[in-house]
Amino acid sequence: MWDYIKLIALGLVAVIAAIAAGNARDLAYQVNAVEILLAAAIAFIWVLRTMGTRQPAPQNEYFDGVVRAGVIATTFWGVVGFLVAVIIAFQLAYPALNFEWAQGYLNFGKLRPLHTSAVIFAFGGNALIASSFYVVQRTSAARLWGGGLSWFVFWGWQLVIVLAATGYILGATQSKEYAEPEWVADWLITIVWVSYLLVFMGTIFKRKEPHIYVANWFYLSFIVTIAMLHLVNNLAVPVSMFGSKSVQVFSGVQDAMTQWWYGHNAVGFFLTAGFLGMMYYFVPKQAERPVYSYKLSIVHFWALIFLYIWAGPHHLHYTALPDWAGTLGMVFSIILWMPSWGGMINGLMTLSGAWDKLRTDPIIRMMVVSVGFYGMSTFEGPMMSIKAVNSLSHYTDWTIGHVHSGALGWNGMITFGTLYFLVPRLWARQGLYSLKLVSWHFWLATIGIVLYASSMWVAGIMQGLMWREVDSQGFLVNAFADTVAAMHPMFVVRGLGGVLYLAGGIIMAYNLWMTVARQPRVETRSVAAVPAE
Amino acid sequence: MDYHIFREFADSWFLIFLFVFFLGIVVWVFRPGARKTYEDTSDIPFRHEDKPASSSVPGENRDRGE
Repeated sequence: MWDYIKLIALGLVAVIAAIAAGNARDLAYQVNAVEILLAAAIAFIWVLRTMGTRQPAPQNEYFDGVVRAGVIATTFWGVVGFLVAVIIAFQLAYPALNFEWAQGYLNFGKLRPLHTSAVIFAFGGNALIASSFYVVQRTSAARLWGGGLSWFVFWGWQLVIVLAATGYILGATQSKEYAEPEWVADWLITIVWVSYLLVFMGTIFKRKEPHIYVANWFYLSFIVTIAMLHLVNNLAVPVSMFGSKSVQVFSGVQDAMTQWWYGHNAVGFFLTAGFLGMMYYFVPKQAERPVYSYKLSIVHFWALIFLYIWAGPHHLHYTALPDWAGTLGMVFSIILWMPSWGGMINGLMTLSGAWDKLRTDPIIRMMVVSVGFYGMSTFEGPMMSIKAVNSLSHYTDWTIGHVHSGALGWNGMITFGTLYFLVPRLWARQGLYSLKLVSWHFWLATIGIVLYASSMWVAGIMQGLMWREVDSQGFLVNAFADTVAAMHPMFVVRGLGGVLYLAGGIIMAYNLWMTVARQPRVETRSVAAVPAE
Repeated sequence: MDYHIFREFADSWFLIFLFVFFLGIVVWVFRPGARKTYEDTSDIPFRHEDKPASSSVPGENRDRGE
C-alpha cells in the first residue's frame, strides 16, 4: 500500500518535472527540471523493482547503511570542493586561468559560489547528516526512526547539491551569500530538512537512555535553527513557475540584515553548533574518556545558542544599517568569546590525563588541532567585529583568511578525524589501512592552513592600509588595481596552501578506500553482540 | 501588532525572560547532586556502541560492559 503511494508520488513528480522542462524559460531551470525528472524516474524504478522483496528492518541493530553512504559522499564532495578551491585560488593569482572559451560558465564569479556551497553544504552538510545519524543512534541506544526516511534525506540532499551546482554554473542565483540556490532548490531543501528533523527527533523520542546526550542538543539546535534561517532568508516569490528567477520579499537594508542574520547563523549553527555535536561525541570516543566537564557543556550550549543569533549585524558595519544594530551585533560577538572558549577548553581538557595519545595517535592530534583552530578563529572573529578593527579588515582578504582558519582548521580537521574514526567501525575493519598516511594528511593539512591564513593576514592588512592611505593633500594614494598587484605573491602562497590541503584530502580518500578494500574484517562482532543477560 | 509593540516587548519583558532563563540554567546545572547525574550522562557514548538497548524501559538494562 505504502509503496503504491510512493509510486504515485514519484510518477507525479516526474510528470510535473517533464512538463516544467518542456516549458522552461531559462536553461538553468530546464536543466534542474531534467535532473529532478531523472531522480524521480530512478527512484520510481527502484521502488517498483524492490516492491515486496524488501525485508523489514531488524530493530536490534543500528541503521548504518545511510551513515556509510554519508561517509562516502563526505569524502567525495570534500575532494571536489577542495579541487574547485585550488582552481579559483589560482584564477585570482593568474587571471589568465579565467579562460576565454569558458567565460560566463567557469570564470571566478561562477566557480566561487560553487566552491563555498560544495565545501559547506556538500562536504560539511554530508558530514553533519552522517555523523548525526551515527551519534544519535549510539547515544539514544535506539535504531534510527523513520525506516527509509533517512535514505530520502541522504539522496534528497545529494539532489539539492546537484541542482544548486548546475544552477550556479548556468546562472540561477539569488545573489545571497551562502544562500545562492534559487527557489526550486530551496523548496527541495525545505522538504529534505523537515524529513531530517523528523528522523532525528523521532530517534530521540524513542531513546532508551533517560538523558539526551549533549552532542544531540547541539545537533538538534543546528537542525532547528537552519530550518528557521532557511525559511526566513528565502522568502521569495517566483516570477514564473517555469523559470528559475524569483524576487525577494524583503528589500534594501531589511534584506541585507536578514541575509546576514542568516549568513552569520549559518556559521554559528551549521559550522559551529553542528560540528560541536561532533566534537562532544568523537573527541571523548577517540580519547577514550568522558568529556572534561558535562556541566560546562550544558552552560556552553545555552550560552552559545542564546548569543550567536544576535551577532549577524557585525557583517554590516558602516552601511545603511542603523548604528545601534551594528553595536548590538558587535557586543554580542564579543560576549561570544566566553562560550566559544569554554567549549574549546572543554574539548581540549577532555584529553587531560591522556595527553600522551598526542604522540601516538594522529587522529586525536587532528581533533586537538581542530579544537585549537576553533579557539583561534572564535578569538579572531569577535576581534574583527569590533568597529575600529572592522574599518580596516572589512572587504579585505583578512576576512577570507579568518573564514578559512575556521573552515579548514576547525570544520575540516574535526571532519577528517571523524571520518578516520568512523570508517573502520562502519565497515567492521581492524583499524585504518595506514596511520602513517594519516600523519601525512595531518601535516599537509596543517601546513596548508598555516600558509593560507598567514598569507591572507598579510594580504588583507596590507590591502586595508593601502585603501585608506592618503597623501598630504588628502587624495587617495592607491588605485584598487594597485592593491591587486601588490597582493599577487600572497595569492600564490594561498594557492599553494590550498594544494597542500587538497593533497591531504586525496591521501585521506585513498587511505579510507584501502581501509575498506584491504583491511581484514573484524570477526568477533557477532559474538560480542550476544546480550549479556 | 505592529513593529514597535513587538520591539518594545522584545527589548523589555522577553529580554528579561531570556536572561532569567539562562541564569536559571546555570543555577540548575550546579544544583546539589548534579555531579552524579552528569557523570552518568557523560558516560553515554561508552555504552551501546554496537547495538541498541533491548529493554523498552528507559534507563534499565544498560550494557555496562563494552
